[in-house]
Amino acid sequence: MARSRALVYTGPKNNGMGSTAPANKLRIGHRSLGERIFVSRRRIQLYNAFERVASGLLLVTTLASVLAVLFIFIFIFKEALPFFREEGFREFFTSTKWYPSSAEPEFGALALLYGSAIVTLGATLFAAPLGLAVALFLSDVVSFNVRQVVKPIVEVLAAIPSVVYGFFALVVFAPLMQNQGGIFLAIGLTLILGPTGVILSVISADLLAGAVPEKARTPVRLASLLVFLVTAGSITFLLARAVSGITIVSGTNALNVAIVLGIMAIPTVVSVSEDSLTAVGRSLREASYSLGATRAETLFRVVLPAAKSGITTAVILGVMRAAGETMVVWMASGNASRIPSPFYNLLEPVRTITATIAGDMGEADHITGSARYSVLFALALVLLLFVFICNLASKWSTQKVAHRAKVRPAGNGRR
Amino acid sequence: MRKRFRVSLFTLLSIAIVGGLTVAAGIAFAATTVVMDGSTTVGPIAKAFAEYYMKAHPDVNITVSESGSGNGAKGILNGTCNIANMSRDMKDEERKACEAKGVKPVRHTIALDGVAVIIHPANPVKGLTTQQVADIYTGKITNWNQVGGPNVRIVAISRDTNSGTYEVFEEKALSKAKMGSAVEYVGSNGAIRQRVQGTQVAIGYVGLGFVDNTVKALTVNGVMPSAETIRSGKYPLARELYMFTNGNPVPGGHVHALVTLHTTKKGREIIAGLGFVPLSEK
Repeated sequence: MARSRALVYTGPKNNGMGSTAPANKLRIGHRSLGERIFVSRRRIQLYNAFERVASGLLLVTTLASVLAVLFIFIFIFKEALPFFREEGFREFFTSTKWYPSSAEPEFGALALLYGSAIVTLGATLFAAPLGLAVALFLSDVVSFNVRQVVKPIVEVLAAIPSVVYGFFALVVFAPLMQNQGGIFLAIGLTLILGPTGVILSVISADLLAGAVPEKARTPVRLASLLVFLVTAGSITFLLARAVSGITIVSGTNALNVAIVLGIMAIPTVVSVSEDSLTAVGRSLREASYSLGATRAETLFRVVLPAAKSGITTAVILGVMRAAGETMVVWMASGNASRIPSPFYNLLEPVRTITATIAGDMGEADHITGSARYSVLFALALVLLLFVFICNLASKWSTQKVAHRAKVRPAGNGRR
Repeated sequence: MRKRFRVSLFTLLSIAIVGGLTVAAGIAFAATTVVMDGSTTVGPIAKAFAEYYMKAHPDVNITVSESGSGNGAKGILNGTCNIANMSRDMKDEERKACEAKGVKPVRHTIALDGVAVIIHPANPVKGLTTQQVADIYTGKITNWNQVGGPNVRIVAISRDTNSGTYEVFEEKALSKAKMGSAVEYVGSNGAIRQRVQGTQVAIGYVGLGFVDNTVKALTVNGVMPSAETIRSGKYPLARELYMFTNGNPVPGGHVHALVTLHTTKKGREIIAGLGFVPLSEK
């Protein structure tokens, strides 16, 4: 390499800008002020070629992942089609008789769809308020150091394998519900209604006190607070006493699974909500406080609406987690394929789509009858479509807020 | 920059060496591995056999999985297991599929078993007829007081449809009728026992080997399940337990030793110890 014909390397050939300089152009670069590096043209060409190969490899990897998802969809759709062609849609979506393995098979999946829906709904009702409350607590109420400690602990819940949750539901929860069902329900009800009652009493007392003239405010507030607290307390007590008389016959039921699935969904909801609440930023909060708002007003009128899309996404992710869970429902939901007699009775065993696929897959294949095989794919297709729609909904809600933020005019400018 | 190339070359080389060693180790181990898969009823027998055999022959590695008789049959068909434990015979469709693939399933009967109907020890009911058992599981009888028990709901628990125990129960007790919609399904014999011992109003069915003092076995048609009644054929819900192999196993090989272990004294001891019924008295 003759020094006099040396070229200097300053990065990839087109610098990411699209146009390329002629190959024989001299490029002078500086490693630091006053120092120059000299590199041969051959080496520059080598680096550029290497760059292209590496980008190509990354592209192939990305394409592979996208294609994998696409192929899964196509495969499941292809395998589910023979079932619908043979048996039609009617029985599948309207009948509750699920006997795929008997001599005259019946493929009524309504009870399975109902089972999946009810446990997902129960899990969401349990996890969404609780997760949101924890997220609010971590982002706005406790100090930063406490948050740094508590958040990883909540995320540990997500690391527990689902079969451990299923085991816990089967071995601890189910006997507890069977032997002390009434007490269990009563305690649960008190835990929900108690704090809610207190919060509602305080808010009502405040509102009432705000309606009277200045002088009478404090005694009115105290008196009304007392009255509301006593009312809330007695309602909670009476309901709990009524509920504690219920005996739960079978501990492996929809409530058991809904609670455990809710616990599994909480870390997802907390993590994503907390991130979006933090991302709202200090300036919005400080502006609200500086205008004289209380913490409650700031949280519910400023921060929550600002973080709405992130919280929606968090809840939808929790729903997706609960809907796709297999081990817990297979072990602890009882797997009885029927819709309970009052349909909202959560104390009866139910059967979900995921448990059916896991339970029936062993015997069902091309050997023992193709309808039995493809009905499982039909169930999988229903589940996949549901999760896909949830995913689209969460993307759409994020987009909607982003779009609104873009479209809104920049503001009045001058003050 | 030369250093960067050297580093990546070193990385590639080390990956290649580790990969090569793993493959070599895999090949070395594969020669003396026997894979058993199938029924959760035969599973404990297979595991006990495997443990005994591995102690006598430390160079052999035997793995036993329990994914259900149906999966055992699939394993023999696909060649993923050497021995399929099954608590029911192979179905016609399975045999046809084996023929199509050139697999010749050979059946070895290793023990007899009874499907015992179990309830919670606190339940006063002592016995049922096969018709009553069928009515409970098809949903016609829903309260214990219809069969001589207290006035509470019956919770009927069944095995999942993968199971050989389920197939035998469906055939012998229900006469192929359809299970009621309120019947709960669990994944293994152990799970049924665990549910019944925790639920006072439950009824379930397990292989005889799974009956212990935490649950109560009922008499069916007046006959209590035991080794004598099963061998003599008096107990109605009795069946044979099988191990299937692909073709006749080579005498002197490990697979042959495992499927003929039940004929030895030690094998019969193991089977009786687990609560099953050896084929012969001595």
